[in-house]
Amino acid sequence: MSIDMSQFYQVFFDETAEHLAAMESLLLGLDIESPDLDDLNAIFRAAHSIKGGSGTFGFTDMTAVTHVLETLLDRLRKVELQITDEMVDTFLQAGDVLKAQLDGHQSGGAEVDQQAVDEVCAKLERLARDAAPAGTVAASAAPDQASPHSAEQVYEVRVEYAQDAASTDPQTLLDALGALGRVEMAAGADAAAGKLVMKFATAAGEDEIRDTLAFFVQPEQVSIAPANNAAAQTEDVGYGFFDDVVVPQAAAAEDDGYGFFVEPDAIKSQVEDAQGYGFFEEAASPQPAEVVTNIEIESPARSNGRRTVDDPTVTAAKVGRRDHDKVAVAASSADASSIRVSIEKVDQLINLVGELVITQAMLAQTASGVDPVLYETLLNGMAQLDRNTRDLQESVMSIRMMPISFVFSRFPRVVRDLAGKLGKQVELKTIGEGTELDKGLIEKIADPLTHLVRNSLDHGIELPEKRLAAGKDAKGTITLRASHQGGNIVIEVGDDGAGLNREKILSKALERGLAVGDHMSDQEVWQLIFAPGFSTADVVTDVSGRGVGMDVVKRNIEGMGGRVEIASETGYGSKITIRLPLTLAILDGMSVAVGEEIFILPLTYIVESFQPPQEDVKTVSGQGRVVHVRGEYLPLVALHEAFNMTPKVAEPHRGILVILESDGSKVALFVDGLVGQHQVVIKSLESNFRRVPAVSGATIMGDGKVALILDVAALVRLNRH
Amino acid sequence: MAKTILAVDDSASIRQMVAFTLKGAGYDVVEAADGQDGLDKAKSKSINLVLTDQNMPKMDGLTLIKSLRALPQYKTVPILMLTTEAGDDMKAQGKAAGATGWLVKPFDPQKLLDVVKKVLG
Repeated sequence: MSIDMSQFYQVFFDETAEHLAAMESLLLGLDIESPDLDDLNAIFRAAHSIKGGSGTFGFTDMTAVTHVLETLLDRLRKVELQITDEMVDTFLQAGDVLKAQLDGHQSGGAEVDQQAVDEVCAKLERLARDAAPAGTVAASAAPDQASPHSAEQVYEVRVEYAQDAASTDPQTLLDALGALGRVEMAAGADAAAGKLVMKFATAAGEDEIRDTLAFFVQPEQVSIAPANNAAAQTEDVGYGFFDDVVVPQAAAAEDDGYGFFVEPDAIKSQVEDAQGYGFFEEAASPQPAEVVTNIEIESPARSNGRRTVDDPTVTAAKVGRRDHDKVAVAASSADASSIRVSIEKVDQLINLVGELVITQAMLAQTASGVDPVLYETLLNGMAQLDRNTRDLQESVMSIRMMPISFVFSRFPRVVRDLAGKLGKQVELKTIGEGTELDKGLIEKIADPLTHLVRNSLDHGIELPEKRLAAGKDAKGTITLRASHQGGNIVIEVGDDGAGLNREKILSKALERGLAVGDHMSDQEVWQLIFAPGFSTADVVTDVSGRGVGMDVVKRNIEGMGGRVEIASETGYGSKITIRLPLTLAILDGMSVAVGEEIFILPLTYIVESFQPPQEDVKTVSGQGRVVHVRGEYLPLVALHEAFNMTPKVAEPHRGILVILESDGSKVALFVDGLVGQHQVVIKSLESNFRRVPAVSGATIMGDGKVALILDVAALVRLNRH
Repeated sequence: MAKTILAVDDSASIRQMVAFTLKGAGYDVVEAADGQDGLDKAKSKSINLVLTDQNMPKMDGLTLIKSLRALPQYKTVPILMLTTEAGDDMKAQGKAAGATGWLVKPFDPQKLLDVVKKVLG
């Protein structure tokens, strides 16, 4: 019966991806000085599971890598070896390689960098060979557990011994050899005739082997020859029964892959007889079995698997100690407590709820005009509807909310790798990982955040010597903090590094012909780094310095409806604060009227609004109008001019000025009047019409009319030039 | 009445493959993700054969085997270890724990069926 294995592939891919993620996370959290044994075991199990699965489903490239990985991990979890930073780095690289191989299989045969694969395997083997034994374990009795590809020699050792009582017990002979290397019984052995044939993998030389055997047998009874194949890794026998009866002399040919400790028929009869114990029925076995049992389990021709050193006490202590394994539990309980839903369905649902909110608003508007006494029940119903709609909206929005840990989780690795590369010591702190934000934002915030973190690492945190010289701790700290503030999510990227250098920025700006001067406030100077192509780095590295980053970061964040702020203190550090609306779909806005139209201004940009006295509005030749506000002169932008409309109010002192702030600059927007403050559902103008400059979206008001939402940042920018 | 097999392995893909294979041959299959889960399920159901992996969180295969053997109803039920290591030590431990036999991973479905048939008929 042939079974189509490919139906299980997707489960294996998902499972392996989780194992790899768990492995990386645990590795990053390891304390080299005193590694947590539970964690080491979990890492081992992850690699072991990947090996098992990949072997079963035929992904042998991954089996090869995980085998080497697992061998070293096994020794580490049994505390036979000392773990080093280099090992952890190599394990991380092995994880990367496995991920690449997995991706290759998942996407159907993409190119995998074979050189990287080979390098990692070679490194792992070298580490296993050179590793220092763990202090507490007496490793002398342990056979060398280096991986099959090690530089040991493999010999074929034949020993013939006499059967009489005076001669040696084959088991002691095997034990002695075991101290020097790995013994595997090979084909051709004949226990009954007193012949032992083994494949012996050892770093010891032939002489040493002979010396050892000389204790037990006469030299002429021993023959040693180098074997061709590397340590018999081939598990050509796939099974076995513990009952030696099933071990006939011709057993050499049985490559079956399984085995029984009890004769299968005996099992059945046992079950039927309901006898008590009686498992390993050696009584029924013929003569050869006696000699065979002396050699402990194995019959000669059996599986040539690896012989593992298993310290029973260590294993026993560990068994059952692990009270929870997050990955496994999450994977299995994920079926019970969550459902996978396609993004399109969720977006569709959000859209429909948005429509519902608009309709409800229109109804509310209409209902507000009726006689409250006559239509009391109707109005009560409307109030109820209002509450229900609001609740529904919140609920639906929360479906797309995910904790920011999804983004933060990648940074330990980024920081570790980059700090290593730059020769800096950096600790990453994350606060508020559970803070939730819309899934769409999560995807968009990842790149800007990565850029900011890399910047902190590259430009912010100084080299250890410099830090010590400045009286700081040699280890710098980068802090990622997320929190909810009002209707926004606030993400901070901070470092305790050198801070921004005002002089450097000013001189670079002058170099590039930007209009700057010493009169500029610190805030204004910091804003300069957002200019396209700006960089004060002396050396352009592949990490940063090319100056393409910060302006893209700013644009991306503003594109999400958010804002970026910089705070810095020279010598102490810097902090970038990103403010994003909690959801892309709803906006707190102020509606303003110009002519017959209504426009929406996002509340986050509004500083204040007022009606100016006539004398405060001045005209500057060549630059348009300005308004005097508390000592400052702000440029005046008439919305009706910007959009070429006929206003109801033509003079600023008879209309309203709304002061807007973006990027550290302020602008006074002249409109006919304020209408009100609302929460509006944002509809995309681009997908329903086309992209319009200075407009970031649209919404449908309660009366059914469309109102445009202004892109304040763009307005301010336009005005500057 | 169909024979019931308990398959214990922390890898979902392996469990699925084993369950699919055995169910296709007419057996009933109960799955467990680790030793503890396997023990709980064995206590609450009547199992005719246990297949268990060795390396699992919460409770490993050897401990599961020992725990099962300590239960009166599981003194003689066949238990097979699924192991990627066919080395002597693991087998010795399995035998000492009370396993009936072993099966080396990776195995192909046909082999699994052969072994199960040998034991359960």
